[in-house]
Amino acid sequence: MSQSNTFTLDGKTIPYNEGQTIIQAAMAAGVYIPHLCFNPEFKPHGSCKLCTVKANGRQTASCTQHPAPGMVVESDTIEINDERRALLQMLFVEGNHFCPSCEKSGNCQLQATAYEMKMMSPHFDQFFPDRMLDASHPEYLLDFNRCILCSLCVRASRDVDGKNVFALSGRGIKSHLIVNAKSGRLADTDFSGDDKAAHVCPVGVILKKRVGFTIPIGQRSFDEQPISATPHPQGACPVGPRSNTATLPPHPTVKGG
Amino acid sequence: MSSLLETAANPENLRRVAIDPLSRVEGHGKVTILLDDKNKIHQVRLHIVEFRGFEKFIQGRPYWEVPVMVQRLCGICPVSHHLAASKALDAIVGAKHLTPAAEKNRRLMHYGQILQSHALHFFHLCSPDLLFGFDSDISKRNIVGIAQKYPETAKRGILLRKYGQEVIRHTAGKRIHGTGSVPGGVNKSLSITERDELLKDIYQIVAWSRDAVHMVKELHHNNPELYNSFGAFRANYISMVGFDGSLDLYHGRLRARDENGHILFDGVDYQNYSELIGEEVKNWSYMKFPYLKSLGTERGWYRVGPMSRIQNCDFISTPLAEIERREFMAYSGVMPMHAPLGYHWARMIEMLHAAEMIKDLLHDDDITGSDLIVTGERGFEGVGVIEAPRGTLIHHYRVDENDLVTMCNLIVSTTHNNQAMNEAVRRVAQQYLHGHEITEGLLNHIEVAVRAFDPCLSCATHALGKMPLQVEVLNEAGEQLSSLSRTSDGILST
Repeated sequence: MSQSNTFTLDGKTIPYNEGQTIIQAAMAAGVYIPHLCFNPEFKPHGSCKLCTVKANGRQTASCTQHPAPGMVVESDTIEINDERRALLQMLFVEGNHFCPSCEKSGNCQLQATAYEMKMMSPHFDQFFPDRMLDASHPEYLLDFNRCILCSLCVRASRDVDGKNVFALSGRGIKSHLIVNAKSGRLADTDFSGDDKAAHVCPVGVILKKRVGFTIPIGQRSFDEQPISATPHPQGACPVGPRSNTATLPPHPTVKGG
Repeated sequence: MSSLLETAANPENLRRVAIDPLSRVEGHGKVTILLDDKNKIHQVRLHIVEFRGFEKFIQGRPYWEVPVMVQRLCGICPVSHHLAASKALDAIVGAKHLTPAAEKNRRLMHYGQILQSHALHFFHLCSPDLLFGFDSDISKRNIVGIAQKYPETAKRGILLRKYGQEVIRHTAGKRIHGTGSVPGGVNKSLSITERDELLKDIYQIVAWSRDAVHMVKELHHNNPELYNSFGAFRANYISMVGFDGSLDLYHGRLRARDENGHILFDGVDYQNYSELIGEEVKNWSYMKFPYLKSLGTERGWYRVGPMSRIQNCDFISTPLAEIERREFMAYSGVMPMHAPLGYHWARMIEMLHAAEMIKDLLHDDDITGSDLIVTGERGFEGVGVIEAPRGTLIHHYRVDENDLVTMCNLIVSTTHNNQAMNEAVRRVAQQYLHGHEITEGLLNHIEVAVRAFDPCLSCATHALGKMPLQVEVLNEAGEQLSSLSRTSDGILST
């Protein structure tokens, strides 16, 4: 790596390789830049804008922006963090995010990022949108109340599973997640629990049924350390089971089935 | 069992005095009193004007979310809702019998809840009334006043509650609104470290709980006229009792007795509660009035909670609490105790029982077991009943084939006690307010009667003696003749 392949991030020198984006280079160097729609396994989408940084004085999404030699990047500043907090607050009020009774609580990247950004209230008026659940699939539940339109499931289904089960529909404030079936029900798609798309949701939309609160408080992804200190989380990735904690129970049997 | 004073014959010419709100925590409660120009009481009503809506918005949610969601009904005894919902949903996942580790950890959580809630209710909320007097100096009638005059009592109250909260934290993950219980079992058992940490203090907790029973007992013995008659009325009573007839706050069958202590029904599977209990609606309260269907609405109302449970069971399985139960029963004599202040005595006996049960469970190897969840044949309907700190708590759910809740019915202890609390405030109004100029101290008598039943209506009132009150006296034209108000700083003004 030549000396010239570095940039500074909040004053720290960060090396990078050709092709890496700012956030990829930062992660490789162990520096956290808040993000939601970015997942290193997928092509960047640049939509949530949480990873916005100032590169040479100009705001840009660090998940799509490639660094240049000697570039001066600012991320952890009062100004940018205020904007990130406002973005998070808008995400919270646009959907129905009731962390107290959400089974993704403690494993949720939206919640963990909000804690990281010290978001103490939603600030804006709640939209309280009327959104449905799709419980048609025998193994998976979709709770659209919590969708932040990150499109990770869309990308995973399309790019990894080769299925196109999920898509974003509508425009602007009417954008919403849909599934690929005439009935609009997950059960009528070719979705499977083995799909990559079943395991990438950073919030509580795509949920394996009957898991619920099986992971005790204290062993969820962000119980012991904040998201900034956690290697990139992949949905729920609890600390490994201990002898006094539950493992997933077998499904209840269905009479005659 | 009359409901005298429920409705005045000619309300149009009476003055209306309102105690509103009784509380600013779990919803709002208020008492309205209709008086004539000689301050004679014609009507007294306790209104619970809360709307919680949980039964509605739980519909359409996945069933495994329910135990965590419904516990948000309450910040004082959320564990009760957490466990009652879990018990109901055990039937949905086909868990007919939990593993020993699961049942014992749930029980431990529940006894932790009973201990902390009973300690809070007695020491923080009610001891100021009982130790200082109902119309004592209002500026001292609170837990801070207790801490100044009886520092050891206040300290024990705080530490008893803290211990109960620690039991909950270790079993549920958090002191309030945890996630320990799941359909079919629990998500964790105690670790060895957690168990040993709790074991350190449990002997002290048992001893302090025993002292607390003795303290209340002494209050009864020192002033039997007051304690045996204050707000006293006769009523039926029901509770869950263990399969062997013991006091069992976690599981068992339903038993009801009439006002003379004779069995009305016994050994009833609570899955059939709706065949026994009806709910009447009255146009002046948002809370329903449950009644025993066999006796009808007029005679079928009943009491739940510690005083019902202690007098309903045949024995208590733990030795120290059993000694106290016998003394309680001997004190009340052939007829059951009906005086509301008896609740405090019974409550402390239960606190002692909970402490003893915690001690036993901590010595049981199953409490650190690893077999935590069972499932069986999928069900579609479940009823869960638990004896919450304030009384019998019923949760009832139906779940569709897609795992979403289609029906939810909750009957909480405050609802069971609705008519009973109304009767108690009517008696107190008759005994103390009838024909007198109304003062803050007299109004507190009404609150003392309510507090004996249900701290969900009193937690804010006594937390620091800052319950805001406004009393207005209106003439028949609705014009204000006089008013008395107390701000949240405890300042009285007219």
